[in-house]
Amino acid sequence: MPAGRTVEATMLGKLDWSAIPFDQPIPLIAGAVVLVAILGVLIWVVVKGHLPYLWHEWITSVDHKRIGVMYILLASVMLLRGGSDAIMMRIQQAVAYQSQGYLPPEHYNQIFSAHGTIMIFFVAMPFVIGLMNLVVPLQLGVRDVAFPTLNSVGFWLTATGALLVNLSLVIGEFARTGWLAFPPLSGLSYSPGVGVDYYAWSLQISGVGTLVAGINLVTTVLKLRTRGMNYLRMPMFCWTTLASNLLIVAAFPILTATLAMLLLDRYLGFHFFTNEAGGNVMMFMNLIWAWGHPEVYILVLPAFGIFSEVVSTFSGKALFGYRSMVLATMAICVISFMVWLHHFFTMGAGPDVNAIFGIASMIIAVPTGVKIYNWLFTMYGGRIRFATPMLWAVGFMVTFIIGGLTGVLVAVPPADFMLHNSMFLVAHFHNVIIGGVLFGAFAGFEYWFPKAFGFRLDERWGKLAFWFTFLGFYVTFMPLYVAGMLGMTRRLQHYDVAAWRPWMLVAAAGMAVLTIGVICQIMQLVVSIRNREALRDRTGDPWDGRSLEWATSSPPPVFNFAFSPDVRGEDAYWDMKTHARQQSLEHEVPEYHDIEMPRNSPTGFVCAFFATIMGFALIWHIWWMVILGGIGAFATFVVFAWRDHDEYVIPAEEVARIDRINLEERRSLVSMAGAL
Amino acid sequence: MSMTATVGRAHADPHHIGLVVEHPGPASKRIVTAYGFWVFLLSDIVMFSCFFAAYAVLSGQTADGPKGSEIFEQRNVAIETVCLLLSSFTCGMASIAADVRNRFWFYLGMAVTCVLGLIFLAIEFREFADLVARGYGPSRSAFLTSFFSLVGCHGLHVSAGVLWLLTMMAQVFAKGFRADVLRRMMCFALFWHALDIIWVGVFSVVYLLGGGA
Repeated sequence: MPAGRTVEATMLGKLDWSAIPFDQPIPLIAGAVVLVAILGVLIWVVVKGHLPYLWHEWITSVDHKRIGVMYILLASVMLLRGGSDAIMMRIQQAVAYQSQGYLPPEHYNQIFSAHGTIMIFFVAMPFVIGLMNLVVPLQLGVRDVAFPTLNSVGFWLTATGALLVNLSLVIGEFARTGWLAFPPLSGLSYSPGVGVDYYAWSLQISGVGTLVAGINLVTTVLKLRTRGMNYLRMPMFCWTTLASNLLIVAAFPILTATLAMLLLDRYLGFHFFTNEAGGNVMMFMNLIWAWGHPEVYILVLPAFGIFSEVVSTFSGKALFGYRSMVLATMAICVISFMVWLHHFFTMGAGPDVNAIFGIASMIIAVPTGVKIYNWLFTMYGGRIRFATPMLWAVGFMVTFIIGGLTGVLVAVPPADFMLHNSMFLVAHFHNVIIGGVLFGAFAGFEYWFPKAFGFRLDERWGKLAFWFTFLGFYVTFMPLYVAGMLGMTRRLQHYDVAAWRPWMLVAAAGMAVLTIGVICQIMQLVVSIRNREALRDRTGDPWDGRSLEWATSSPPPVFNFAFSPDVRGEDAYWDMKTHARQQSLEHEVPEYHDIEMPRNSPTGFVCAFFATIMGFALIWHIWWMVILGGIGAFATFVVFAWRDHDEYVIPAEEVARIDRINLEERRSLVSMAGAL
Repeated sequence: MSMTATVGRAHADPHHIGLVVEHPGPASKRIVTAYGFWVFLLSDIVMFSCFFAAYAVLSGQTADGPKGSEIFEQRNVAIETVCLLLSSFTCGMASIAADVRNRFWFYLGMAVTCVLGLIFLAIEFREFADLVARGYGPSRSAFLTSFFSLVGCHGLHVSAGVLWLLTMMAQVFAKGFRADVLRRMMCFALFWHALDIIWVGVFSVVYLLGGGA
């Protein structure tokens, strides 16, 4: 029935029942479990009557702290998904010696592509953006980010991208191309299915969200600082946030343009990256890595900032070499745009080009080394408290140095020719991304959790989680270095070389240890929530902190600070505490004022709803739905632009009431310290 | 934190450098908005630069199809350019009118800007349609791929700009020159002028250099 098929094709595009993988039990069961979990949570929320609370306090919230928490929640959930992929891959490579293992090639290829995509775009990115959102306005002493509603839009678009990636598990398929979808493999002739389209559209949509977050945070740091917060008084985390978001603003448009070109090739028969009609495949490599290399610094710079805060706080000292740290951060920010070619030395650009990029890649290790020494000298002579965040920081320093050294090794083009696309490379980038970004994210999570929720996390489970993750990391990834040296290439679905087998078995055992680490992390959360009264942080300053986020209560009131803090030097809050002790506190009653705050808005959520519809429709070529989604998104913005009141006023009495409670707690603490 | 707000200036400057200019605090909403939009424009220009780069790489890859000099019509491009440059002028007039709260001149300036933008789009659309009709569509060669993408990307921006322009006019009609409407108007003006700058790049790199080759 050709006529019937045409109508169907107009209505549903490429979508039909064959899109659901009834013949593949693993994704089907996984999808069903996720679906049941989501439905279960939804039903629980509705039955318990939490829906209005969720809607008013979280989904439509434009409060940077709430949005930051939601980003981190999204990242944590996606970490479990990406981690499951990792477990499946490790098991496959452990068993697939001279056999096919348990994962068929087309499924295995989807798993490693999804693993990389999810871990970078939907775990690492939202985790660091969430922490920056949560902390930076507090550290700058201001009430919100520059564009609160846009902030919400950015978060929900990121969530849309994550949703589409997960949708590919049960409807259709994901890309089988690796996490950067190199053409011609990702072109229409070699990847005719919807996998690459799922990949590209989810990244396009979440990329818009990331760009929005980047613009927002750059503007916040540069234009919204409290009185006296000169550039060279900003906490280190604000500096790395600035550098990281400058990179987002400069690099993410490249990703958008590159994926747009790939999509034009796939949808409209363009010839950017095809083998025919003069297309240039290597142009894709250059473009994607011109985004891709800055991307790793986008991720790791905020982590460097977190470690700076943590090391300084838990050593009880000001950060050593603050100005050299600022300089190193900005140097990395600039040089990170000059090293992208080291991802494809084997392209054949010639010895001079390779030499320049090889040298640049080694030079960028210098400011990173400066940072390591600064952290070490900060610890030197300090009174170090080995709380969980500090453990992550020290673990990072050890691990990241190893990863950095193997990085300098592959920055040498002749060595890279031997190690390119080998397991050595896989070990290297996991070494820096887990050891740098993930450890940083966990350190920040442990460090700022009390600020976000008002109670500390359980130290015992936290330390267990650290040690299992730390050891698990080494047991998993050190063998991969060896396997790489033995000539094992990456992304192998099965292999016949006996010498690799033992290392794959060790790596699988390491994965089990890592999994225990993750379980400890979950246990820590459960135990801490149960014991929250005992772990309550009453003063807002549980770690004896140094920067302004500790100058307000935990969790902070919606307006952050009853008065805009007046900053006089580096380590603003430390300064205030010291002087408060010396002067035994003024007891005068401050005069409170009304505070204007931005009103909540469903714009972000509604906009993401239409973006989801549009993305799904684009993937499946359902053109009428694309138009519908586009009109919906535009209408959402017009409705937002039309509203008359975008702010509400918190009266001075309310501000006073909230502030006094915290002030009393704080006074008692300071006077106790003064008596000692 | 409020309790210590007035103490300790002398202690914060142990070396008595004393020359630090104190940061005055958060900027006004108008400045923050415009600044943020500037940052967006810079990122948008980075995106265009990728399409420029792709054009530079692929412009010689004609796959036995037409070269630039065989398909570009300088007369049309000249009219397009004049339209767009004039529209920047009228957009500037509309901005001034908005600043002095003069509705008549605002509507007139915006309307003329809109008409000039639409003429530009019409000419571009005709050029594209004509090329496709002659079999020189974007799938013909990598050169045409990059040409259609770069010029089309600018055209899409102008289309979005026209939509925004009409929304701005409707908003001034419904809400008057409110502070937030004025901030949006400022962003729109920045956007429109930035598109002009990008067109100067397109005109030079694509039509002038390509037309001569």
